[in-house]
Amino acid sequence: MKVSGKVWRYGDHVDTDVIIPARYLNIQDPVELAEHAMEDIDTTFAANVQPGDIVVAGKNFGCGSSREHAPLVIKQKGVACVVAESFARIFYRNAINIGLPVVELGEAVAGIEANHRLTVDLGQGIVTNETTGQAWTIKPLPAFVQELTSAGGLIAYVKEGGMA
Amino acid sequence: MGMTMTEKILARHAGVASVSAGDLIVSQVDLILGNDITTPPAIVEFNKIGRPVFNPEKIALVPDHFTPNKDIRSAQMAKTVKEFARKHKIKHYFEVGRMGIEHVLLPEVGLVAPGEVIIGADSHTCTYGALNAFATGIGSTDMGAAMVTGKTWFKVPSAIRVELTGKLPKYVTGKDVILTLIGMIGVEGARYQSIEFAGPGVAALSMTDRLTICNMAIEAGGKNGIFPMDEITAAYLKGRVERPFAAVEADGDAVYERTVKIDLSALEPVVAFPHLPENVRKVKEAGDVAIDQVVIGSCTNGRLEDLAQAAEIFAGRQVHERVRAIIIPGSQTVYMEAMEKGYIKTFIEAGCVVSTPTCGPCLGGYMGILAEGERAVSTTNRNFRGRMGHIDSEVYLSGPYVAAASAVCGRIAGPEEV
Ligand code: SF4
Repeated sequence: MKVSGKVWRYGDHVDTDVIIPARYLNIQDPVELAEHAMEDIDTTFAANVQPGDIVVAGKNFGCGSSREHAPLVIKQKGVACVVAESFARIFYRNAINIGLPVVELGEAVAGIEANHRLTVDLGQGIVTNETTGQAWTIKPLPAFVQELTSAGGLIAYVKEGGMA
Repeated sequence: MGMTMTEKILARHAGVASVSAGDLIVSQVDLILGNDITTPPAIVEFNKIGRPVFNPEKIALVPDHFTPNKDIRSAQMAKTVKEFARKHKIKHYFEVGRMGIEHVLLPEVGLVAPGEVIIGADSHTCTYGALNAFATGIGSTDMGAAMVTGKTWFKVPSAIRVELTGKLPKYVTGKDVILTLIGMIGVEGARYQSIEFAGPGVAALSMTDRLTICNMAIEAGGKNGIFPMDEITAAYLKGRVERPFAAVEADGDAVYERTVKIDLSALEPVVAFPHLPENVRKVKEAGDVAIDQVVIGSCTNGRLEDLAQAAEIFAGRQVHERVRAIIIPGSQTVYMEAMEKGYIKTFIEAGCVVSTPTCGPCLGGYMGILAEGERAVSTTNRNFRGRMGHIDSEVYLSGPYVAAASAVCGRIAGPEEV
């Protein structure tokens, strides 16, 4: 899988409360919920993000609550991939389960700025910053996680008889 | 190679002789938890699979976040959970009036035992490690899938050993222990890891202290926190847990990524400044921070011992004229016992408001939302930007003694200042 898009850049410790504030958690419709994506950290995001765009952040992205609403609104908005220096574990797990691609890039994220163009080739394990020409290789996901992803997420995996 | 407490529990539940850090395993689960926010999306995923629940006695549904229903939309969500519980004959569904904040309630009613694996669609599920269980937060899709399979996938975490010595001085609590630890290692200091508590200091910590400490393992990025079982655990379990269980001990040669030492007798009351739980300062070095609200409760500090500490400070004193003090017992049982012991009367006489059990203000839901520029001292676990209300409000985290003393003083204050 290969995606390419414009970068939305955020810093360290972006928590699930700013990704989707609790005051909206009484909304069950994902489309309506996604109108508030990233609202408490970036009021321009939900209105301007384009399908295929890529979110890039620093350390510990998605820390805090277990709310799956957080990766969900990012996916709902059409974001193709989230690249971070590191992820908080429940967010990382949720993203895998719902089929939102996530890439842990380590300190290399420092070279990526807002509005850069990034290409993430998950199959080859290469991230390229088209704007600066830099490229990095990424570790392939563990086999089990790849099985989940290629099944189309956890639910599809269980439907196919996984975890039996 | 020896195993940690977490590795032993996971190996047993994966049906293998041993596991080590980094292994990906499929584990049986003993209990699956969901609340009124995370269960409705889990039900959507559950329905996609189209199979029955694996065991109606091993699922606990606790509507606690926006309940008693704060608005029509929340009411719809609570209704979805209730109808699901009825349809699938879920044994442990807790209606308003019998519910409590999930992580106060589940150990209290005996749904947690040593050696068990508990997953919850709530990040503070890690609380139950206080009872020598492996407990961790998962998402709604995980919950939906596990309700069908009775299983989930885990990466076995590496571990940090926290070696405790000494005994807590007066006015220093479990909250000060965990905030101090987070201050030392940072909010991602234990990311993906297990925090395993050990050492002679464990015996000096009450069950309430241990629950508070494990509750905030996630605030250091941890997958779980876990205590060994001892006489204090056994006393707590008595009369609550009848089923057989198997406690675990760490092997002498278990592998830890690092060891952190804390001398409990050297700790002082602390407070975490906005907007990260790692911004920990000693209360006496907090400076003059005027406050507008105090919240005492939550899954971190909503137990009887917490309310006893608050009542000790409020007795014969008044909440500062500028401050709203909101007390939220963590369960109906805590509420009842606090009433019998006279704490509720003490709170009301001091000028506090006492609420029915709910998460309410902890996540900025309702029952105590902050306006622009307002500051709260709270016994909850997160002080992220906007967590309790307006994006330009501030939350300072502390234990009940400090929160109560701050309510009386109208500024961040230690229990010795009132
Ligand atoms: S009290 Fe706060 S932290 Fe605990 S479960 Fe409720 S919302 Fe989450």
